[in-house]
Amino acid sequence: MKGFWRDAVEFFPILLNGVALTIIVTVGSLLLSTVLGLLWAMMRVSGIKALSMLSASLINVIRGIPIIVLLFYLYFVMPDLGVTLSALQAAILGLGIAYSAYQAENFRAGIEAIDKGQIEAAQSIGMGWWLTMRRVVLPQAVRIVLPPYGNVMIMMLKDSSQASTITVAELALQGKLIASSTFKNTSVFTLVALMYLTMSIPLILLVRHFEKRAGKR
Amino acid sequence: MIELNDVHKSFGKVEVLKGITASVAKGEVVCIVGPSGSGKSTILRCINGLESYDRGEISVEGLKVDRDATSIVNIRTQVSMVFQRFNLFPHRNALENVIEGPLYVKKESRAAALERGRALLAQVGLAEKADAHPPQLSGGQQQRVAIARALAMQPKAILFDEPTSALDPELVGDVLGVMRKLADDGMTMVVVTHEMGFARDVADRVLFIDGGVIVEQGPAKALLNQPQHPRTQDFLRRVLHPL
Repeated sequence: MKGFWRDAVEFFPILLNGVALTIIVTVGSLLLSTVLGLLWAMMRVSGIKALSMLSASLINVIRGIPIIVLLFYLYFVMPDLGVTLSALQAAILGLGIAYSAYQAENFRAGIEAIDKGQIEAAQSIGMGWWLTMRRVVLPQAVRIVLPPYGNVMIMMLKDSSQASTITVAELALQGKLIASSTFKNTSVFTLVALMYLTMSIPLILLVRHFEKRAGKR
Repeated sequence: MIELNDVHKSFGKVEVLKGITASVAKGEVVCIVGPSGSGKSTILRCINGLESYDRGEISVEGLKVDRDATSIVNIRTQVSMVFQRFNLFPHRNALENVIEGPLYVKKESRAAALERGRALLAQVGLAEKADAHPPQLSGGQQQRVAIARALAMQPKAILFDEPTSALDPELVGDVLGVMRKLADDGMTMVVVTHEMGFARDVADRVLFIDGGVIVEQGPAKALLNQPQHPRTQDFLRRVLHPL
């Protein structure tokens, strides 16, 4: 135990660099997946067949490819096509695209859960499609969508470790590097696990808060 | 003002409107009565384009109702609708519900919309409920806010789709009272209702609809007191003397 504390003090600052990258990858890909997911969901419920089908196929293609393969593709294959991305850019892009499919399905479920009468009321005062979405449907859907959205945040935080496979030195990879040079596997990976947990717990509490709020109405 | 000419409408294989021809003049109050599933609500929903129709033509002030045309927005701002289930926006308070259309559809100034919104809430007897959210209001209060929301668009006509059917009996009177005042003020109204007393006292004309056709129509008192057609007589007997 004493050994662990000594190792912890020694490795913590190095691992913090990893934490910074983990947060950057998570937040970056969360934002990207939210924007893309919202776009796919809007296309899906637009009522325009071509857009809806395009979005459905996109979602299925994205869902059918493992994240790690998507990352390899962006980082190793894109340069052959003349697009060179840094490891960090590829990680954010890959995770963002991969998770946009889940975000889209979540957003769509939230939008479709809104009572049809709400949409009719909006139409009956002359609102068009976009105004109905912006003023009536989306504000109500947010409440429904937030708890699953929080869960996606937690999953993305953990899945950001997959960026290590394309050399992004985030928390998991930092840990692996230290472990393989010091052979202190137990201390290092315990510390890494605790640091992930420390970041997850606030998110877990946030989800619980969202769920309580959603249940109120 | 509102003209329906041989309007047909099917849901799948079921034909719910089998050639409806009717008109509503400016300032007129027309009640549509008839058994459930007779197509009453569908007529209203076709008039402001919430539902499409298959054949015939509907026009409002000479403008053809076509829900796929951009002119539908124009028609909807002139013909408001009040729903059976109120359909207030639950994430906005009473006043915000009322000013939503003027502010975002008609692009009125906030100050003007707020001023008229408050006046309208006062008109329906809910001045002190401006800040309440729909779940905090009773059904009757919600429906009165919904009427204020419809009025806020300064419509030329209002369609009422069974406005009191979802209310507790003791709350029906408040809503009917507001509607009666509107009628007295000369608002053009088309009301689908089971409230025969309201129809008799307030309506100028009553249409009795059954099986997707207008079975009988005429001045409210005459039709409700001395119905001519056996189906009308049968229906009214069941509604007025259910036991």
